[in-house]
Amino acid sequence: MKASAFDYARVASIHHALEMLSLHGEQAKLLSGGQSLLPAMNLRLVSPQILIDIGDLAELRGIAVDSDVLRIGALTRHVELLTSHLVAAHAPLLSDAVKHIAHPAIRNRGTLGGSLAHADPAAELPACMLALNATIIACGRDGERRIAAAEFFQGIYATALRPDELLAAVELPIARQNSVDFFQEFARRHGDYALAGVAARASVASGGFSKLRMAFFAIADRPVLANAAAKLLNVAITPELIADASVAFGNELNPPEDQQASSSMRRHLASVLFRRCVEALLARGRLYGGAG
Amino acid sequence: MIVARRQAERLSVLDRPNSYIGKTVPRPNLDRLMQGRGLYVSDIELPRMAHVVFLRSPHAHAKIVAIDASAAKRMPGVIAIVTGRELAAVITPWVGVLSHLKRLKSAPQYAMAIDRVCWQGEAVAAVVATSRALAEDAGEQVLVDYEELEAVTDMQTALDPKTPVIHPALGDNLAFERLHDTGNVDQAFEAADEVVEAEFVFGRHTGVTLEPRSVVADWNSAEGRLTIYQGTQAPHMVQNIAALHLGLREQQVRVVCKDVGGSFGIKVHIYADEMATYALSKLLRRPIKFVADRVESFNTDIHARDHRCKGRIGVRRDGAITAFKIDDLTGIGPYSMYPRTSAIEANQVVNLVGGPYTTKSYRARARVVFQNKNVMCQYRAVGHPIACAVTEGLVDLAAIRIGMDPVQIRKRNLIADDAYPCASPTGLRFEQLSHQACLTKLVEMMDYAGLRAEQATLRRTNIYRGIGVASFIEVTNPSAAFYGVGGARISSQDGVAVRLDAQGSVICQTSITEQGQGSEALTAQIVATVLGVAMERVRVILGDTDNTPYGGGTWASRGAGIGGEAALQAAKVLRKNILDVAAAILQSNPAELDIAGNAVVNAGDREPRIELSELARIVYFRPDTLPPGIQPELMATRHFVPREYPFAFTNGVQASWLEVDPETGFIRLLKHWVVEDCGTIINPQLVDEQIRGGVVQGLGAALFEKCVYDERGQLTNANMADYLVPMAGEMPDIDVGHVVSPTRESELGAKGAGEAGTAGAAAAVINAVNDALGPFGTLVTEIPLTPQVILTALGRL
Repeated sequence: MKASAFDYARVASIHHALEMLSLHGEQAKLLSGGQSLLPAMNLRLVSPQILIDIGDLAELRGIAVDSDVLRIGALTRHVELLTSHLVAAHAPLLSDAVKHIAHPAIRNRGTLGGSLAHADPAAELPACMLALNATIIACGRDGERRIAAAEFFQGIYATALRPDELLAAVELPIARQNSVDFFQEFARRHGDYALAGVAARASVASGGFSKLRMAFFAIADRPVLANAAAKLLNVAITPELIADASVAFGNELNPPEDQQASSSMRRHLASVLFRRCVEALLARGRLYGGAG
Repeated sequence: MIVARRQAERLSVLDRPNSYIGKTVPRPNLDRLMQGRGLYVSDIELPRMAHVVFLRSPHAHAKIVAIDASAAKRMPGVIAIVTGRELAAVITPWVGVLSHLKRLKSAPQYAMAIDRVCWQGEAVAAVVATSRALAEDAGEQVLVDYEELEAVTDMQTALDPKTPVIHPALGDNLAFERLHDTGNVDQAFEAADEVVEAEFVFGRHTGVTLEPRSVVADWNSAEGRLTIYQGTQAPHMVQNIAALHLGLREQQVRVVCKDVGGSFGIKVHIYADEMATYALSKLLRRPIKFVADRVESFNTDIHARDHRCKGRIGVRRDGAITAFKIDDLTGIGPYSMYPRTSAIEANQVVNLVGGPYTTKSYRARARVVFQNKNVMCQYRAVGHPIACAVTEGLVDLAAIRIGMDPVQIRKRNLIADDAYPCASPTGLRFEQLSHQACLTKLVEMMDYAGLRAEQATLRRTNIYRGIGVASFIEVTNPSAAFYGVGGARISSQDGVAVRLDAQGSVICQTSITEQGQGSEALTAQIVATVLGVAMERVRVILGDTDNTPYGGGTWASRGAGIGGEAALQAAKVLRKNILDVAAAILQSNPAELDIAGNAVVNAGDREPRIELSELARIVYFRPDTLPPGIQPELMATRHFVPREYPFAFTNGVQASWLEVDPETGFIRLLKHWVVEDCGTIINPQLVDEQIRGGVVQGLGAALFEKCVYDERGQLTNANMADYLVPMAGEMPDIDVGHVVSPTRESELGAKGAGEAGTAGAAAAVINAVNDALGPFGTLVTEIPLTPQVILTALGRL
């Protein structure tokens, strides 16, 4: 379990990184936290000829609020998301989600940009980006490109990033007064990849939803929004309505099968999550919004 | 702690002043290990040492048509590429059978495959290079031409006439069959008011030691000696077998076993790739290191369990169990493992089912079949978890059928504590067990009635919690009956040598080994107590065939009971010898003297008379001042093996309290209890942690662990992401209680405790899950109890 021999370059600027990327093309891999890449290399599942280490690029770090946008640099580590007051105040969904990502040792190294660019369909952060309607900022030699999260994730380990681009940051609309977040996943053990998971943001008013984005993960080749959520918008919510919507949501899915769960089990768990998520969002909305 | 019965009313050597027996004292090796200063095989670097990587078959069953290593041999750093045929000139094959397992058969197994591979992961060539990475690079360039053969993977069809026979010379795929029938079983079932049946399914799993299997083999051609550095539980066994198959005398082989990162039975066997490493060192005349990586570990460390067992129980309405019957089937891979064989687990299942109960009528069949999967053999609590889950599952089913409480039916049928000595239907002899006392204590510890009330209350709010109870017996302190009588050269006795050095410190060499369970600590505790010295004065040496007495090592819960007694007896002799010298120096009588606090004292008023360091100074440097004719002997050696009972059985009972989410199939373990009886407890914390560790391994089997093979014999989850080991986050608090019935076979009175936790944990969980799901009328008898299994049983998918 030793990686094949590879070259290593630690770049000093984004410009330098992009130059190296265009020089080596598909033979190169960007190294940030290394928590998915290095095990894959040790198993010889990938054998890049060169690793371009972007760890020194200060411009890819930092968490900041600019008017109604929260900007998080790609090199932000999971543990920084977990402890950031800005994230807790403006995107509490992320603070919740990070607790489910693997274990402390991995959270200390793994980065937001790395997770998004890796695009594991069972990963937590891509689904959060979708739920929060994030914009992903890619850097290329021609400048920045802004990509909506819904367009960014294109399949298993596949994204809209081009081989000569690097992921620089994400921008998230900050949480509004009446917005509530919810995150839950079903994993066999704490820290395992989920069998099914949901990341959601909603605006709750008068006991109903004026906005509802529920992004599910580990149930398709990429994170997906629940279309059935539309059934719950701007209507009086009843248990029957939730049950109908959760069944409708299950019918939207054609989940993959693996050792941990069959397709039908994933569909079943996703439906249960849908219902529990809606109930939890409503309860939180009532809690924060009083009688509403 | 309830002391059921002490060996004698008078004080023994264990009750001496400042005794360490029964006290939690820190392990002497703790600092070394905690500070990262342990010495594991992978830490060993020798001059001219090379690294071997084994090229392993990607197929479960295939003919090797050709191996082309010409390109690989030109790769940087490559020293040699050796095929199975080439290596067979250096090391002979073996057959994993023992004569006491009647009609057990297996085929000759070579260190590396020659014409044919029989499981995915079997080594076909060895790539030796200056580093592991370069060897892996070169391995990718070795071209092996395989012709795939049909793989036998399903144990249920392995015996069908149309299934290919893996080893045609053996005639069929049946490795072993054991039948048992006593107590007029048909009549006993007739006498029952109710007969209940179920089929229990146990996943194949493996030990997942933190440190993988590792070997450095160093053939010194000038000395004509092979030194094997290996993390093994049984150094003398490895010495014997390496010598036998390399054509050497035992004295030409030294096995050194330094620190070992977990074993659990994984490291008590002879593996083909380890044998190949010894042979490569001899062939290439240089040290060779093999360290299995995690993928190799999953594909080649022995697997265990993988049983399907049909069970039947007869019960009268008054709760009396009239009979047990089982039909067990297990698949063991293509070869019976060497030298302990792969028939032991099924044999144990037959032996142990029904063991805690008074029921005399018992019929059993166990069949062991070959298949094209990784080899199977003994792993912690061999056979016990299966026997216990089947027995206790059946007992719960019987209780449900007649509407009796699960604790009540056990009280009604467990052997009474005053009925000993007695024997089981399969002839297991019990010296003294304490089932009833353990159950009584368990019920008290867990507040059984309180939990039942809580369970009922929560059910009204759709929270489904369950209680599961499982009584068990455990085989410990095995005599030669386990392996020796079948012809295996595996020692069942152990030896300890103790000597007093010139400054009054004590060196103790023991043949038992340490893999983290505390062998070093318990040996030091016993020696220090019996001698009357501080534990810090006792240095324990183990794991070196050149420098310890001959013995079995540490496995089958035997270290404390057998090696500990040898230590006690050796220390007693040394004590007597010291007192003889002291009496001569002090012109006193040995009977009037004692040793305490590192000094010889008056037995009566405890006044110090002479420091041990001073006594040693005189003996070693001024013997001229001793009275004429005295030849002091400050070293003593004793060996011990149980002679009266083939095994020292222990017993205990476990309980699980858990919650099932019937919507998702997820199980949350809330609490676990164990009450066990391992006889004399030397170090309470070590015993409790052994029990807890064992329980966790049992809980892993119950909920998580399974080697998943596809129909072509490919292991599809050979990594730590997909093979789920139990982790702290999912584990409940585990309360441990004890009842103490010392064995009279030894002065120490200790029985084993290493496997008790694993023996009953899964059974308690299965019973608790079925208890929780009672309102749904669902019965689950398959482990691991994954959400998929639970949801399927509930009809929700």
